[in-house]
This record gives sequence, structure tokens and C-alpha cells, in this order.
Amino acid sequence: MAERILKNISSRGLKNAVRGNEYRKEASISYGILIGGYVLFQILTAAGLIGHNLQGQFVPICVYVSLAVSLNLVVGISGELSLGHAGFMAVGAFSGILMSRILGQSMTFEPAIIIISMLFGALIASVAGFIIGIPILGLRGDYLAIVTLAFGEIIRNFMNVLYFGFDGDGRLRFAFNHTIEGVENNDRIITGAIGATGTKTMATFTWGLLLCLFTVFIVLNLKNSKQGRAIMSIRDNRIAGESIGLDVRKYKLMAFVVSAALAGMAGCLFGLNYSTLVPVKFNFNTSVLILVFVVLGGVGNIWGGIIAAALLTVLPETFRQFADYRMLTYAIVLILVMIGTYNPAIKARINGVWSKINPVKKRSGDKGKGKKRKSRKGAA
Amino acid sequence: MNLLTNVISGLSLGSVYAIIALGYTMVYGISKMLNFAHGDVIMIGGYMSFVMTMYMGLNGWLALLVAMVICTLLGITIERLAYRPLRGTGSLAVLITAIGVSYFLQNVALLIWGANPKMFTSLFKGMKPIHAAGGQLTITMESLFTIAANIVIMILLTLFVNKTKAGKAMRAVSEDNGAAQLMGINVNQSISLTFAIGSGLAAVAGVLMLSAYPVLMPTTGAMPGIKAFTAAVFGGIGSIPGAMIGGLILGIIEIFSRAYISTELSDAIVFACLIIVLLVKPTGLLGKKVSEKV
Repeated sequence: MAERILKNISSRGLKNAVRGNEYRKEASISYGILIGGYVLFQILTAAGLIGHNLQGQFVPICVYVSLAVSLNLVVGISGELSLGHAGFMAVGAFSGILMSRILGQSMTFEPAIIIISMLFGALIASVAGFIIGIPILGLRGDYLAIVTLAFGEIIRNFMNVLYFGFDGDGRLRFAFNHTIEGVENNDRIITGAIGATGTKTMATFTWGLLLCLFTVFIVLNLKNSKQGRAIMSIRDNRIAGESIGLDVRKYKLMAFVVSAALAGMAGCLFGLNYSTLVPVKFNFNTSVLILVFVVLGGVGNIWGGIIAAALLTVLPETFRQFADYRMLTYAIVLILVMIGTYNPAIKARINGVWSKINPVKKRSGDKGKGKKRKSRKGAA
Repeated sequence: MNLLTNVISGLSLGSVYAIIALGYTMVYGISKMLNFAHGDVIMIGGYMSFVMTMYMGLNGWLALLVAMVICTLLGITIERLAYRPLRGTGSLAVLITAIGVSYFLQNVALLIWGANPKMFTSLFKGMKPIHAAGGQLTITMESLFTIAANIVIMILLTLFVNKTKAGKAMRAVSEDNGAAQLMGINVNQSISLTFAIGSGLAAVAGVLMLSAYPVLMPTTGAMPGIKAFTAAVFGGIGSIPGAMIGGLILGIIEIFSRAYISTELSDAIVFACLIIVLLVKPTGLLGKKVSEKV
């Protein structure tokens, strides 16, 4: 009997069980939102319902969506707080821009330039993620958070003294101060604190969509692989994970590096969207912004992060006329949402009201029961 | 002599960081949260002092006192309204709320005082710097007073935490929240008191910092806040002497790398030092190592 049960839970069976409904549901919702959003925006644009300003935000929206998904890999799936995601974005952006300029000298086929630049950005960002990840992933909790913050600031500072340019023969040269040997001022690509200038803007909404789809594909598949389950089990209980023989560092590093690579890729597309790009763009506030997307979307929830990132990029743009009160409202809403969703008393009250007004009576009843059971368990 | 001048300005900057770091470290010790809004309380303190001297015509020292009172009240209010409802819900929710509070304070300041930088009048305006070693060494009153204030605050605070009943209660709450409550300690009051002290000190730090670096903007508090936070972690977050040592070391590293290596890279060097320290001592210089229970 036992043998038969074991046989039934053969590797394939187990894989199907884990991969089954939940994975399919999460994947179809995520891809659905991305493609649906893309089609919706395209239709609205064609109908002339979207202003010029918002159209200019299409690529950044995609980039932030992608960043929210990749940060979710570290914060939600691996359970580590990272405050330096913008650092990896910066690495990807500037290395990607460099690559696009080098390729631009001999190539004219834009899709190839974009793809190679994005891969290069991802590669360099993953190297950065690896270098920073090896030593710090032994740290716990808040200490890891502060080191990622420090790392993001170091990257941004370093960009301020980085100078790249082509010399007379079209060769790439770099320096750590204002004058690069053999480079005319006009031939500079990256000029320290002024940033990257003269970039050919190649990024389009479609590339943004492809970036998002690729990011979601990688993250969801990693989450639902053997490695992903190992990462999540370490998140849930590090000691238990260690005691069944999981290499904690290896799995944490895996999540961190993949997340960094995806951030680099998104950063590259971001860089290719602007003809000039200053390093200040990638400061602590940007890292925090991405983290806010992840938390408001629900930590670990991929499609929640997608919606939060898109909404929080679109809304401030839509309310640009209330410039002065825009960020103030944002701050207040952020605080209220956090209190509303996390405070136990308020959460219970909202659930109560919701079950009263919710037309789908049966489901809400089920939900309430589930919550109750859960809370009783917690109390025990 | 140049070296000594740098040491003194390093100690002075470090003292500012240390006073700010106290707020971070005490709040972290008692409620295990990263209070990212602390840097902006410094900024509010600076503006309050500015308003009091410029518009109300108050004496600088009196203005400092008013700023301290306002920041203390502000700290208590923030804790009461934003952080208390989220107590015990995990660090991420509180962290994001703290960031929300930080945005809120910055944007309120932006609405009231605008984005244009204000020139802050030094608290020690008109006082002549001290010249020593035949005029080669100059010590400004700002530096001297900042260092002195840091020492006095450290001594008073250490005495307060170790000798008074309220200090004992604070230590008990930071050790074990639940057990402290069972022993009849008013946990809410202890936490409020911690926020009050931290925010009051933030006002002092803000005025001292602005006396030396007089540019006042809504984002003035952000970078010193992050650096002071770094200093708190450097010294071992949760430890009061750690905040002082961390702040002073950080200040000296920053001034020295500005003077001898590169102005632009000074922040990067400071943060790199933090990473190195955490690699060698994962809980900071004076931090306690907490072993994990299975």
C-alpha cells in the first residue's frame, strides 16, 4: 500500500502537483495583465485618449513593472530586504548604453543592438550582484538591508566619477576624471555626474512589454522549480532548510544574482529610453520606490506587484496638474494603506464590512472562516 | 597641523552623526524598526529653528529650545499615529510606513517653505574661532560646541538609561517586550519616551549641523539621516556607545577621504567601510550577537 502511494507521488506526479493549478493561475493572471495592459494602452493611444506626457511614460512603466517583479524575487520569494535595487538598475543602464554606442558604430539593425545591450547590461549587473552577494548574504535581516542600501549609494557615487568616450580612432577609452586622454569633449558617452549623453533612444513600448514578459517568465519559472522551492523553504525556516541539507548561501545567492541580472536588463531599457541619463536618477529613493511597488502589490505576489507598479507610475503622471499636493497625497495614501492592510484590528473591520457588501456571499463566508481558523492557529 | 584641523572637523561632523544616530539606535533597540523618517525630523527641527529666529525674532538658543520641543512632540505624534498601529506586524510594513512618513514630512516642508534653499544663520554667529599653534590651527566655535554637545549628551543619556527608573524600563522593553509588560512596565509610554528623546536630539543635531553647513532645504535631512543610520549600524545598532563610536569614526573617515582621496567618492568610501566592518563583525562594532533559537 505504502509503496503504491509512493509510486503515485513519483517525481513527475509531485511536479504536477506543485506546478498544477496555482502556478498556472499565477502565470495566466500575470501574462494576462501584461498583454491586456499593453493592448489597452495601444487602443487608448490610437483613440487619442492618452496625453503626450503619459505616452512618454510607457517605457518607464514597463521598466518599473519589470523591476517590481525582479525585486519580488529577493523580497518576496527569498525573503531578504533589499534597498539597493536601483544600484543594479544603474549598472545595467550605463553598461547597456555603452554597449549600444559601441554596437551603434558598426550596426544599424536596432533590435539586435537592443537585445545585445540588454544582455550585456544583465551580465554586468549579475556580476555586480555576485560580487556584492557573496560576502553579504551571510548577514541577517536588517543588516543585509543596510548593506544593500550602502551598495546602491556606492554605485551611484562611483558613476559620478566615471568618464567614457571614443577617441579619434573610434576606440573606447575611460577615465576617473574630467579629461579623458585623446577624447574630444563632444565624443564623450558618459560624463560623470552629468551622466550618459547622446544616447540614441531606441526603447519602445513593445520592447517594454517583451522585457516584462521575459522577467515574469524567468521569475515564475524559477519560483516553480526545484531551486525556487528550496529558496522559499529557506525563507520560511532557515534552520530547517539547512538541516535538510540545503546550501543556504547558494540558494540565496541564486535569487539575488538573477534578480540583479533582471534589474540590469530593465535598467538598460530605461537608459535607452532617454537621450541623457543622470546617475542621480538611481538614488536611494528609486530603490525605495520599487520596494513600495512590491509591498503594496503584496510581498511575493507577482501580479500584485505588476499592478502596483503600473498604477503608481500612471497615477502621479495623470495628476500632474496637482503637482504640489501629489506627493503629499502619495505619502498619506502610502501610510494609510500600510496601516489598513497590516493593522490586525483595522484589517478585521475591513473584512467585516467587505463580507457585508460583497455580493458573492458564499465565497466571502468561506474567506471569513479561513481567516478565523488561521488566527486561532496563530493564537495557539 | 592640516591633519589636526581635519581631525577636528571630522570629529565635529562625526558628533552630528552620532547625535542623529542615537535616535536611530534607541528606536531600533526598543521597537526593532528602521525609522527612515528620522532624517526628516532633523530637517523639520532646522526649519523650526529658522522660522523662530527669522520671523519671530527669537534668540538662536531659545529657537533651538522651541525646535526641540516641537520635534519631541512631532516624534511622539508620528509614533502614535503611524507606527503604533503596526507594532508587531513585521519589519517590512513598518519600514514602508516610515518611508511614507519621510515623504510626508519632506512634502509638507516643500509646501510650506518651498524648494529654494534657505541660508541658516549659525547659532554661533559673531563668535570668533579659536586660533592655536601660532595661527596655524583654527577651531571654529561650531566644531568645538558640537563636539562638546555630543559628549554631554552621551554622558547624560548613558546615565539616564542606566540609572533612572524610566531608563531601566526602556532597557527592559528592548530586551523583551512581552515580559516587560508582564512586569507592569508601560510599554507604550517607554516607546513614546524613546521617540521623544530621539526626536528632541534630532532637533539639536539639525541646528548644530546647519550651523556648520548652512543650506536648508526639504531634502536636507535625507543624506545625513542615511549616514547617521550607517553610523548606528557601524557601531552596532541598539547600542548607545556604539552610536557615538560609529558616528565619530564615520565623520573622520568622511572628512579624511574628502581631504586626501576624492570629494566625489567620499560617500562611497564611507559606505564601503560599513560593508567591510559588517563582514568582519556582522552585528557592528559593539553590537550584541543574538543566537538563533531552534
